[in-house]
Amino acid sequence: MADIAFAPAKAKSQIREATSWDQLKHNHNWLGFWFMVPAMAFLILFLAYPLGLGVWLSFTDTKIGRVGQFIGYENYEWLWDDAVFWLSVFNTLLYTFLASAIKFGIGLYLALLLNENMPFKAMLRAMVLIPFIVPTVLSALAFWWIFDSQFSIISWSLKHLGLISQNINFLGDTTWARICVIFANIWRGVPFVAITLLAGLQTVSPSLYEAATLDGASRWQMFRHITYPLLTPIIAVVMTFSVLFTFTDFQLIWAMTRGGPVNATHLMATLSYQRAIIGGQLGEGAAIASAMIPFLLGAIMISWFGLQRRKWQQGESND
Amino acid sequence: MTDLPTTHVNLKGVLTSSAPTADHSEGMSYLQSVPRRLVTLYLPLSIIVFVLLFPFYWMGLTAVKPDAQLLDMDTYSPFWTWNPTFKHFYKLLFESHYPMWLWNTMYVAVCATFLSIVASVLAAYAIVRLRYKGANVVGGLIFLAYLVPPSILFIPLATVVFQYGLFDSPLALILTYPTILIPFSTWLLMGYFKTIPFELEECALIDGASRWQILIKIVLPLAVPGLISAFIFCFTLCWNEFIYALTFLQSVQNKTVPVAIVNEFVDGDVYRWGSLMAGALAGSLPLVILYAFFVEHYVSAMTGAVKE
Repeated sequence: MADIAFAPAKAKSQIREATSWDQLKHNHNWLGFWFMVPAMAFLILFLAYPLGLGVWLSFTDTKIGRVGQFIGYENYEWLWDDAVFWLSVFNTLLYTFLASAIKFGIGLYLALLLNENMPFKAMLRAMVLIPFIVPTVLSALAFWWIFDSQFSIISWSLKHLGLISQNINFLGDTTWARICVIFANIWRGVPFVAITLLAGLQTVSPSLYEAATLDGASRWQMFRHITYPLLTPIIAVVMTFSVLFTFTDFQLIWAMTRGGPVNATHLMATLSYQRAIIGGQLGEGAAIASAMIPFLLGAIMISWFGLQRRKWQQGESND
Repeated sequence: MTDLPTTHVNLKGVLTSSAPTADHSEGMSYLQSVPRRLVTLYLPLSIIVFVLLFPFYWMGLTAVKPDAQLLDMDTYSPFWTWNPTFKHFYKLLFESHYPMWLWNTMYVAVCATFLSIVASVLAAYAIVRLRYKGANVVGGLIFLAYLVPPSILFIPLATVVFQYGLFDSPLALILTYPTILIPFSTWLLMGYFKTIPFELEECALIDGASRWQILIKIVLPLAVPGLISAFIFCFTLCWNEFIYALTFLQSVQNKTVPVAIVNEFVDGDVYRWGSLMAGALAGSLPLVILYAFFVEHYVSAMTGAVKE
């Protein structure tokens, strides 16, 4: 009798527990929804909506202080015949390609150097990162001063070494201005690439190198067949970020040259700022900004496949 | 994604070589002779470090040089000064709006960071632990949001900010910065939350704790390093941000340091170089100090998003 009375009670308690778990499982969707509300509100109101609005604006003739009319592809047709726009596209591609390639080269080299054993290693690694932390605009101003046409320390040093007789007009000459902004971009980007790749390098097991040494591999062979393949996934991701942010760079150019001289350093971002905010042609500016989207989508696709490949290489499922 | 605990150990090892598990570099360096190391390692390294740090030396030197020496490069060596002056800093602090700009930047950065972290904690917890329907899709979308650059958003955002009546107010920045910060810190915190044993939460659930209690009393205290990382990185990004601040703010008193220095000090007048460099230096110092104290967290935050 006691047993019979006990059994249902036990069953009942089991059932109650089960239902409370079930309830929690069912509530997950609602709970999840409420937890997501703040983040989603920000991202929808100030990111997704403006993104759509930007594309819409590019099809209108909106000006500052005046609501625009839908004008179809006119802005784009206008840009198609605009030499300055094409120059900015060319500059952006040149800037992105050169800066990213050199950042990668020097960043990887620096990462390999920092991975060596030496005194004051930790301090050195921390110091290398400083250009990345200091606000870009402020370091751009330092470069502005370093590249000053009259008081440039580089011109001064070269003159005193007897290598040149005239000051170099760093930011006033089209070729030099391009070199200078690309240099500043590389200077700022190398620490990020180097430290991230260094983090990747440290996950490579030293026993692989020991084995390779015993087999008589040269340093280059070790790099080519051990370091590089193991680093590939992280390189893919880092370089995608690097390309993406170099492509859409604004502040460095704006602080150093504002697109000049003769539009030689105008990137698409700076040109769209100039047309939209300074010139007041919001529609046209939005069209220039929207023209960047296809390039960005390309970079994002590469990033996506880079990440996928990384998971696959680690033998993980896509959870 | 299960490799996160080891990942973080390794990231720490990047900057603290004392961590024995993380550093494999001791290995075979004895195979190289000293002169060889001098050429292959120390020489290139010192050149790169010199180039990376020189602009800061130059900034600092210019900031304390008297104007006369700054512009007379024939009588005085440009690389050093024997009469440092703090006139530029004095002018900056007492005869310009600089303290106000610093305050604006600080205020905007702290508020935006705080909002972003609250939103990110909730979002990251929901994605990792509640595993509601569509959590993976939302996680992917948040990652994509990280890839949308401000350069293509600032024009429509300017019209939105104007419509909402936020133009030329710090609130415009406080509300728009989180769109840059949330994707990153959510991604970072997701990684940290995954490292917290699920069993702890199960026990609490069985003891009758609500999800909210679990988050506040169990998950957050365990995720403090992650929160610090997210905080520092968000704060740095806010301090750095330029294009939104340039577009949404107009009056001189409301500006943030980067925008104010570019717009207010730069007027083609060569005699302002000292103040300009002093301003740039003073504007960078808070971040460098913060960084010096939390180097490890900073690096793990920086590489965190990439690692995921």
